[in-house]
Amino acid sequence: MTTLTTPISESVVRALKVGEEVLITGTVFTGRDAVHKYLYDGGALPAGVSFQNGILYHCGPVIIKDEAGNWKCVAAGPTTSIREEPYQGRVIRDFGLRGVIGKGGMGEKTVAACREHGCVYLHAVGGAAQVLAACVQRVPNVYFMEEFGAPEAIWEFQVASFPAVVTIDAHGHSLHQEVLAASQAALAKYL
Amino acid sequence: MNALEDSLLELIRRTSAEIPDDVHQALLASLAREQQGTIAASAMQIIQRNVALAKNKSQPICQDTGSILFYVDCPRGLDQLDFARAARAAVKRATQKGYLRQNSVDPITGKNDGTNVGPGSPALHFDQHAAPETRVRLILKGGGCENVGAQYALPHEKLKANRDLDGCRRVILDAVLQAQGKGCGPGVLGVCIGGDRATGYEFSKRQLLRKLGEANPNPALDKLERDVVETANKLGIGPMGFGGRTTLLGARIGVLNRLPASYFVSISYMCWAFRRQGVTLDPNGGIAGWLY
Repeated sequence: MTTLTTPISESVVRALKVGEEVLITGTVFTGRDAVHKYLYDGGALPAGVSFQNGILYHCGPVIIKDEAGNWKCVAAGPTTSIREEPYQGRVIRDFGLRGVIGKGGMGEKTVAACREHGCVYLHAVGGAAQVLAACVQRVPNVYFMEEFGAPEAIWEFQVASFPAVVTIDAHGHSLHQEVLAASQAALAKYL
Repeated sequence: MNALEDSLLELIRRTSAEIPDDVHQALLASLAREQQGTIAASAMQIIQRNVALAKNKSQPICQDTGSILFYVDCPRGLDQLDFARAARAAVKRATQKGYLRQNSVDPITGKNDGTNVGPGSPALHFDQHAAPETRVRLILKGGGCENVGAQYALPHEKLKANRDLDGCRRVILDAVLQAQGKGCGPGVLGVCIGGDRATGYEFSKRQLLRKLGEANPNPALDKLERDVVETANKLGIGPMGFGGRTTLLGARIGVLNRLPASYFVSISYMCWAFRRQGVTLDPNGGIAGWLY
């Protein structure tokens, strides 16, 4: 299994192939609907946040404050990525992302952006909020909490050995397109 | 009043953290079926670990703790206003404790007040029944799977679906195809044939209250349920849409009368993180027993 440690170079990303399982270690920022729309519309990242050679995670976590006043990640599985399809390609291009974690896959615009700019889509297991939260070792910061609310805020996660599968690589391949085509052909036989 | 609120809080906690046994058995069977060494098998292993971890830590199985759907069977004389007050208070407390995510948003202002209580949340369905006790069942249904639900009006020319059971089968399987892995499969379908657009969807969700593995009392629907699951599992969509042998864990199909002019098939997709629990209450509002 390949380990991806942030920051990630373009050559590391280009070497990844669809169907490969990876373990992610380092800094990951969350961002979902509100963040994507905001960045697409020309919004700036807050001071302290950089996506350059980094990973964005489509996730609206459950986070509480522990007795010592530190953020604690209680549940943190991926949210459905396709909602970000209108925005993702530009966000990859403008902010230098090397990886996007989510679930359910993304469409042609994102596949093209991954190929062009050297990025991969990393599919985490949807619903596996506890296994994935256990990979979040620390939550150093949160941004846009007031503006977007807790699930939509940008949370900074320090993760270790976070499991995911490459389902869109930087060579124009998408496992989602392959499975869709194969399942469509299979269904035609059973109708 | 307080006992009722405490009971509903415990119902929410357990529903959010523990998969009911019938679903767990279906997940174990699905793990056994996937080929070792595939990404489908890896996904199912992570799912198994997640189920165990959530239960042990008493924390949400999935961070999207979903729409909060209460189904209350009330004896004569139950005060529904009191019950609704207790349910809303329990939801607020469950949210403070992290059993539920702050998950309820005003669509116009975009504001999330962090309580999970607002118009439509929680959803409370009251039905009177002849039994002396109150029975409360709860489903937490995440947004990812809700988004892949579908409603078809038959006949559907493109899918060659007429107003008969074969037509129903065609549109149900189309919904599975369209969903791919986006609803966090392997999933369970709740289906309503008939009804209007609103009652059809509502009744399709209600089908999810039926345990997996229990036969449908209507033989024609029982056959359709088995056929849909068997066929869906030959499509190769697999866990998370990674490819593989389990696309559906089950299908539950119910029927409502329709108007002569309408023939709807409404499909609710439930993710593998199928959170459903229920309790019967004693006369003081305490938990007398668990239903699933």
